[in-house]
Amino acid sequence: MPYIPHTPNEQRRMLDVVGIPDMDALFAEIPKTLRPKSFDLPEGLGEHEVMRHLETLADKNNTRLVGFLGAGFYDHAIPAAVDFLTSRGEFATAYTPYQPEASQGSLQAIFEYQTAVCRLLDMEYANASVYDGGTALYEAMMMAVRHTKRRKIVVDECVNPIYRRMLDCYTSNLHLEMIVVAHREGGSDLKALSAAVDTDTAAIIVQNPNFFGVLEDFTGLFTHARSQGALNIISVYPLMQAVLKTPGAMGADIATAEGQSLGLPLSFGGPYLGMMACAKALIRQMPGRIVGRTTDAQGRTGYVLTLQAREQHIRRQKATSNICSNQALCALRAIVFLCLMGPRGLANTATHCSELAHYAARRLLKLPGAKLLSQRPFANEFALVLPKPAYHVMDRLTRRGFLPGFPLGRYYPGLENVLLIACTEKNTREDIGILKELLGGAL
Amino acid sequence: MIPSDLLYMVSHEWVRVTDQEALVGITDFAQCQLGDITFIELPSVGDAVEQGGEMGSIESVKAASELNSPVSGTVTEVNAELDGAPEKINQDPYGAGWMIRVRLSVPPQGLLSPEEYKAIAECNDE
Repeated sequence: MPYIPHTPNEQRRMLDVVGIPDMDALFAEIPKTLRPKSFDLPEGLGEHEVMRHLETLADKNNTRLVGFLGAGFYDHAIPAAVDFLTSRGEFATAYTPYQPEASQGSLQAIFEYQTAVCRLLDMEYANASVYDGGTALYEAMMMAVRHTKRRKIVVDECVNPIYRRMLDCYTSNLHLEMIVVAHREGGSDLKALSAAVDTDTAAIIVQNPNFFGVLEDFTGLFTHARSQGALNIISVYPLMQAVLKTPGAMGADIATAEGQSLGLPLSFGGPYLGMMACAKALIRQMPGRIVGRTTDAQGRTGYVLTLQAREQHIRRQKATSNICSNQALCALRAIVFLCLMGPRGLANTATHCSELAHYAARRLLKLPGAKLLSQRPFANEFALVLPKPAYHVMDRLTRRGFLPGFPLGRYYPGLENVLLIACTEKNTREDIGILKELLGGAL
Repeated sequence: MIPSDLLYMVSHEWVRVTDQEALVGITDFAQCQLGDITFIELPSVGDAVEQGGEMGSIESVKAASELNSPVSGTVTEVNAELDGAPEKINQDPYGAGWMIRVRLSVPPQGLLSPEEYKAIAECNDE
């Protein structure tokens, strides 16, 4: 069965209208060498055969691993109401509204989401979201480049290495000068970061908690960077913001986050949620949609897409970004999750995860040869130095149904023996006890 | 309303040249076509501008457009009054709505006279 909706008859009529003899003539512009000789498509299957085939494939996944893997994405519990509310047809089937003001429900949900993001990150303005945490960080960096008209960026090596690769990739032809300041035993080198910022610097980019799980206070660094005319950009772990010093309190100009921890399931590459918030002075540089609340001619509350002149569909090639859309359904999950949890629920969860991680650290440090990479404070994640390569340990434990963490050697040469271990409220003290026994056996 | 003591650009900027200095804004026709102006982005003091080159941007409830400099030189003053009150451009485009003051590096060439600009502004008005 061909997966083409047009009948041969319809194709013939279209070719006649265009005035060419056949399909080959339509594709004549494409060199023959680039055209596939044939398509290797199997014959169709019946419905039950398809189900059986897919189930067999799905069975190859192991979805029952006990996980201590974080490294930017965290396996938090998601209340059933999040799935229920966001799967309502009005939300789940709605595509980006091209007559946005006709979709008051979608706009209100986004407005509430923006409000929650501002409160959580302690910033003045938030957008309707972008694709993911890495995209958000790149867009924040480009906001700083446009705002300061400078081209030097200082990046802390403690920023998620995947995000740093995204920054490198996106900017490979933009002629920016990227200065990466090396970490010191898993902590930010605040002195070196400070020294790297000068009056040519557009922005300084840091992360809290950093990629190694270490908590930092960048207030002093931000004050110095501001004195040099640079913007302060910080990437954060949103769920932890309930108990940590906020980007706003540190004096950040732009805060970004991967919103996955707010009610989004872990999945291989997404869809995830890029959160962005900034100071008022930068609002016109912020990409993406922004929903505003206003009143109509009769004084009734209404929601609009505001400040659209920044955007691609109005400003064409001079737009602040090519992002004109947002992750509406993921943002909706985040706002439903935040509403269900409330400030106290979020803080309780953040505290509980941190307490578990500290318990795990205490237990695991009893293993011979194990020590913490950093002596600095951490929340729900920490880097544990082992006497053996972390990959080796991970291989052994994965076969026993445990995912012990993230081997840092992949992105940090010299840290091949270091395992990054995260705890969420889904882990138990029993899990941690077994993890310790299994790790002990593998060392 | 096209003052007779100014020179103009096809892209609807005006300039008042006195000795080595020039004052720059947009015309009454431009503000009228744009509608309520919501934001303006101007160069900073000390920036170089070039005749015909982009010097900033302007946004209204209807559109966003680039601003072009009618002269070449160095910006010596930016109208700080417009910061937070861009509606001044709507209210008084040739007075309180001025945008930048420039110290000329070379005398501007080929700008439109009031009569020439009048033909354009009226033509566009159809």
